[in-house]
Amino acid sequence: MSKTSAPPVRILVLAKYVPDAQFPRHFDAQHRLERTESILSELDEYAVEVALQLSEEHGGDKESPVTVLTLGGEAASAAVKKALQMGATDGVHVLDDAVAGSDALATSRVLESAVRRLEPDLVITGMASTDAETGVIPSMLAARLGWPQLTLAASVQLSEDATTISAQRDEDGVSLSMTSQLPAVVSVTDQVGEPRYPNFKSILAARKKPVQTLSLADLGLSPDLVGPTGSAVTVLQAGDVPARPAGRVIVDDGEAGLALVDFLADRKLL
Amino acid sequence: MSVLLYFDALSSPLGPAERNLVAVGQRLATDGELAAVLGTAPAADVLAELGSLGVPAVFTDQEELSDQLARGQADLLVGAVRAATAQAVLAPVTPAETEVLARAAAVTESGIITGADAVEADLTASKPVLAGAARSVVRAGTPTVMITLRPGAAEPEVTGGDPALVLHPESAARRGATITARTVHEQGNRPDLGDARTVVAGGRGTDGDFSAVQDLADALDAAVGASRVATDSGWVEHDLQVGQTGRIVSPELYIAAGISGAVQHVAGMRTAGTIVAVNTDEDAPLLEMADLGIVGRLQDVLPQAADEIRRRRQGA
Repeated sequence: MSKTSAPPVRILVLAKYVPDAQFPRHFDAQHRLERTESILSELDEYAVEVALQLSEEHGGDKESPVTVLTLGGEAASAAVKKALQMGATDGVHVLDDAVAGSDALATSRVLESAVRRLEPDLVITGMASTDAETGVIPSMLAARLGWPQLTLAASVQLSEDATTISAQRDEDGVSLSMTSQLPAVVSVTDQVGEPRYPNFKSILAARKKPVQTLSLADLGLSPDLVGPTGSAVTVLQAGDVPARPAGRVIVDDGEAGLALVDFLADRKLL
Repeated sequence: MSVLLYFDALSSPLGPAERNLVAVGQRLATDGELAAVLGTAPAADVLAELGSLGVPAVFTDQEELSDQLARGQADLLVGAVRAATAQAVLAPVTPAETEVLARAAAVTESGIITGADAVEADLTASKPVLAGAARSVVRAGTPTVMITLRPGAAEPEVTGGDPALVLHPESAARRGATITARTVHEQGNRPDLGDARTVVAGGRGTDGDFSAVQDLADALDAAVGASRVATDSGWVEHDLQVGQTGRIVSPELYIAAGISGAVQHVAGMRTAGTIVAVNTDEDAPLLEMADLGIVGRLQDVLPQAADEIRRRRQGA
């Protein structure tokens, strides 16, 4: 399905290394999330998948490389590795101790510098991270770059001449079609199609793929602009919510529907 | 404190989530420094209602923005923030409105807090985090702070002012992505999932047949929701999905039928007042979490409950 005649497009995928939501997650004494048992954010796998599909339609990774970018400590390279195993061409890891504890405002600043250096035609992200869940980074990055955003896309198409991106988005009760010229920032939902699983061959191939490490100095950013000093939002408290009190479990004896109505009547919910 | 309320659009009369936001704005604003910013030009009855609720001014764009995604609206908001020297910008927590605030926050270098459910006079905000399993208290130290708020039940004071005055701030006339088409889905007569006091949701256990779920929802005047399995299988529309990648709801009553309770689903409904779960699998996580768990077939339990509710209402 690769059309070698199609003009190339350079795609940058943002990948976040987050604690696995299948395990209990906790905050440390600085109110930061403990990053043990972490993985590539599941919602970012959809971004990798869409990037790979668009690349394949535009000549594959030789013509249209997919670069995966992560921001974080040494361990965050695992997020890059997973994306490379899925099929991304190469990786970039912005690794600098000063970045820890950055809020969305500071994070978007670092991402802007990285995008300006890497000069992709298209940035693709997941709809939100599974840890902070704010969903604001795609919009903030697009604003800093002065680029259009096609966010929360359930499907994405890139024109054959690789100049125009189109996407569909579902809001409450209405579906939108949207379009813009490149460059642009696109975020995708979990409706874009199942992310591919790395196979044995792609896992082996990933070991030979280049990963570039960049520091803040490489990006021309002062450490004051990131981390707690460069962040606007301070977390004053963070802690677990007490579990809901245990309820009652009954087995349907043929009259559970009536028991349900009695329960609702008791709670004045009818 | 100068406070702006941002909405993509407002129609009169204001809905509960919008009235809540006006009430929070009234509480935070001092010296009557409260204004609205609207992505869509308001009708006269909206201006009258806002004026009567102590919102004396409305900022809108001179150009039509409805074919733009986030960029034009954010530029309008930036212009309004500068014109009003706003210290706080509040908006509902919808994806579209969050994106407008996010863009404006980046342009004005303002802190942004999403999904707060309480805001203090000094703009310290509380919010659920980690899919509702934890809470945090946060504060932003920038001259302007942007906050998206979850729906609440605060009622604004009726102050009885003149209709709000329309102002056009200066804004850069730049264009972002263009919206080329809008397709409206048929919603039917059921209440909207986001506002409903009761939600009846179905999952894998329906086997694709939502009639029992819909029937109980109608008996309870409830909205219908669904798990991701049900929407991905095409059994119901995607916009009925409750969960991390769908709608986050907080109704008084949530009845989950044939939904096991994956982390992704629980993230969308764990703050419901009362939770009822019906499942044939006695080990389903939602049965443990529910105030009332019923081990049984939803195809038996739901119709019996719906009939009983109708019988009691007729007898009343």
